[in-house]
Amino acid sequence: MTDTITMSIARYRPEQESKPSLQNYDVPLRSDWAVLDGLNYIKDNVDGSLSFRWSCRMGVCGSCGMMVNGEPTLTCAAFLRDYAPGPIRIEPLRFFPVVRDLVVDMTSFMTKLKSVKPWIIREDEKPLSEGEYRQTPDELNDYKRYSMCINCLLCYSACPVIGLEPDFIGPAATALAQRYNLDSRDKGAPERLEILSQDKGMWQCTFVGECSEVCPKDVDPAGSIQRYKLAGASHWLKSILPWASK
Amino acid sequence: MVKEHPAMGLKMTNQASYTEYNPKSYHRPVSIWWWLDSWRYTRFVLRELTSVPVAFVAGILLWQVVSIAEGPAAYASFLDSMRSPLFMALHVIAITGTLFHALTWFHLAPKAMVVRMGGRQVPDSFIILSNYAGWVAASVFVGWFWLVS
Repeated sequence: MTDTITMSIARYRPEQESKPSLQNYDVPLRSDWAVLDGLNYIKDNVDGSLSFRWSCRMGVCGSCGMMVNGEPTLTCAAFLRDYAPGPIRIEPLRFFPVVRDLVVDMTSFMTKLKSVKPWIIREDEKPLSEGEYRQTPDELNDYKRYSMCINCLLCYSACPVIGLEPDFIGPAATALAQRYNLDSRDKGAPERLEILSQDKGMWQCTFVGECSEVCPKDVDPAGSIQRYKLAGASHWLKSILPWASK
Repeated sequence: MVKEHPAMGLKMTNQASYTEYNPKSYHRPVSIWWWLDSWRYTRFVLRELTSVPVAFVAGILLWQVVSIAEGPAAYASFLDSMRSPLFMALHVIAITGTLFHALTWFHLAPKAMVVRMGGRQVPDSFIILSNYAGWVAASVFVGWFWLVS
């Protein structure tokens, strides 16, 4: 007989109930199973009505972020055996509206992400005949870390400021703004600074630092926001000093 | 443009839209005790609260400067007040809070500062250690000043 572990899963069926409640399921405790495998076991064998997002099973797509025992976690990258003997509490990502069971509504993030213009902005495009925009390995290293973001939203669930001030642009969107600011091909930094200097931008961050702790890709969004604050402050200082060049 | 879906016989349009706001989605309330949820949040709130002892020390320093300006009698009474058990206790809290405040910020400094030397990024430990070195240098200077006077 195989060992089992209890998964205590938040269920929310909007057509039946007004708030979520926990439901227990026993799943086989296999040493090679991730928490996501446990959820898929339930979906396939026990209760097909359980809803959750997942796709790649290998920490690339960023779909399967959930609260595991209260910590924002990629469920494909966390093993059941590490939570033995259980029970394991699985809840949807904190600070987002719950659509159903473990599925959250991430519209607010999509709006925030788009607002920081996460694409390369140029004043002038050089003609195709001049070839590609070249970059040295050092120039690539400047922004590479921030480009690793998979939009899994664990950082938003770790950030108490997001809980208290839902309009805060937040960690991942700021890190992705920095990803383009620090790209040698990009000229959009002033436009993005304008957006992130607003009252819902970087100054909302109180540097709790939890976003960087939970990031599965080591993006360090907390660092990116602090660097942004430094850039914003020095930009302001330069703008008021009469002798400073523009 | 409207198309017939070949399999379902349904009409499809290329102007698809979706409901942005689902009134049935559940919004979880945030408790005012959120900072007790994990030790890391509590530590953050403690770090923020250390700004109170820092403000206290700044206030005492101003008081000292003002009393020195007012003459020897005022300064003597200032020193007397500082010797009271209440101020001794407040100072113990202040030094603890200020140390916690300064040391946590020493360790957070590399997050905000990316320093380049010779085309390479300086490691975080270098920035942290230079903060400590600055602290030691300032302490040595104050000690030297105190010994000379």
